[in-house]
Amino acid sequence: MKLKQAVLAIAVVGAFAIYAFRQHFGQAESLPTDTTVPIISSVPTSTPADIPSAVVVPSPTPRGRYKDGTYTGSPADAFYGTVQVKAVIAGGKITDIQFLQYPNDRGHSVEINTYATPILRSEAIQAQNARVNVVSGATQTSQAFVQSLSAALQQAS
Amino acid sequence: MKETRLIMGMPVTVEIVDPSATTSTLESVFNYFVEIDERFSTYKPASEISRLNQGEVFLEHTHPDMQTIFGLAEQTRQDTEGYFNIWQGDHFDPSGIVKGWAIYQAAEQLAAQGVKDFYIDAGSDIEARGLSATGEPWRVGIRHPFSSGEIVKVLSVSNRGVATSGTYERGQHIYNPHQPNQPLTQIVSLTVIGPNIYEADRYATAAFAMGQRGIAFIDQLPGFEGYMIDRDGLATYTTGFEQFTVQV
Repeated sequence: MKLKQAVLAIAVVGAFAIYAFRQHFGQAESLPTDTTVPIISSVPTSTPADIPSAVVVPSPTPRGRYKDGTYTGSPADAFYGTVQVKAVIAGGKITDIQFLQYPNDRGHSVEINTYATPILRSEAIQAQNARVNVVSGATQTSQAFVQSLSAALQQAS
Repeated sequence: MKETRLIMGMPVTVEIVDPSATTSTLESVFNYFVEIDERFSTYKPASEISRLNQGEVFLEHTHPDMQTIFGLAEQTRQDTEGYFNIWQGDHFDPSGIVKGWAIYQAAEQLAAQGVKDFYIDAGSDIEARGLSATGEPWRVGIRHPFSSGEIVKVLSVSNRGVATSGTYERGQHIYNPHQPNQPLTQIVSLTVIGPNIYEADRYATAAFAMGQRGIAFIDQLPGFEGYMIDRDGLATYTTGFEQFTVQV
């Protein structure tokens, strides 16, 4: 369903743009304490204001309709690589969005589907008190690395 | 029945729920890991891998397992855009693929004996089959990268492999083969859930070497999910990861 794909694509690009912004300007921040960015929990359905600058679409009218045509977005430096899309507008609606570049970088045009398009979510890690059978982690030997890193993070926060 | 032994320089834990299992069942698993260590340890001068690297034996004359590993390593190199490479300068070090493969082989041997509910944990890489003693899927924690002894996530898995690659311990033991001098400091750990531990381990290793885009690489692999933690304590996870998580 093309509209669904388009909405999905915008949500993905939006999340990347937000994340890239955070990565760029958020370095001096302390550890994140909530799970607000860049979660894609609600997908925008019709609000043009939600469309990030990475997607170059014509200025929407107050009714939320677009000018017909084909529009290529500028490459956006997202957290995982470069995202660039092409949007096709017909009858005032987005009828197709093609990824010219996306982080997986497999060719110049990628069919949008749930496997090929990363929908990655983020959260701040939190220590949990729970009984488990077994723990997965990198193999234990160097506690020093952990301590050094933790100390560095404390200074940075 | 559960036991831990130190083999291949790391703790190997086997827990079997099936009442039919005996101590010799456990023993057979540990014996297998010892056998693998004797063959593949690059620290042992008499191991077959060491003799291969010394030019004392040709690959075509080695044990079939050795030839299997070389085939799988080459396959993995192709599957991971070259990020997985057992060439270390002038010698082979297949240890990055041997561990996951050995855990999987050991699990298959148990299954062949009719054992259904168990896990094998070698150096914190895990193959979990069937159900735990409570009759539920196995609960696997993801270790907290900065706080020793704590976990940050609880997974519920059955008939899956869970592997974590990271830099928080053992220093920088993984590097990007395309840029060997660039440290991988941004990402501290990447946990991968796969159809088995061999698959999870090899893709965790390769995706970790990709740096920040490793999690997107895991996301586009059908049948795999991942949880990546960066040095700021921010985790990023794949589309279907939450189906394996337990709210606590």
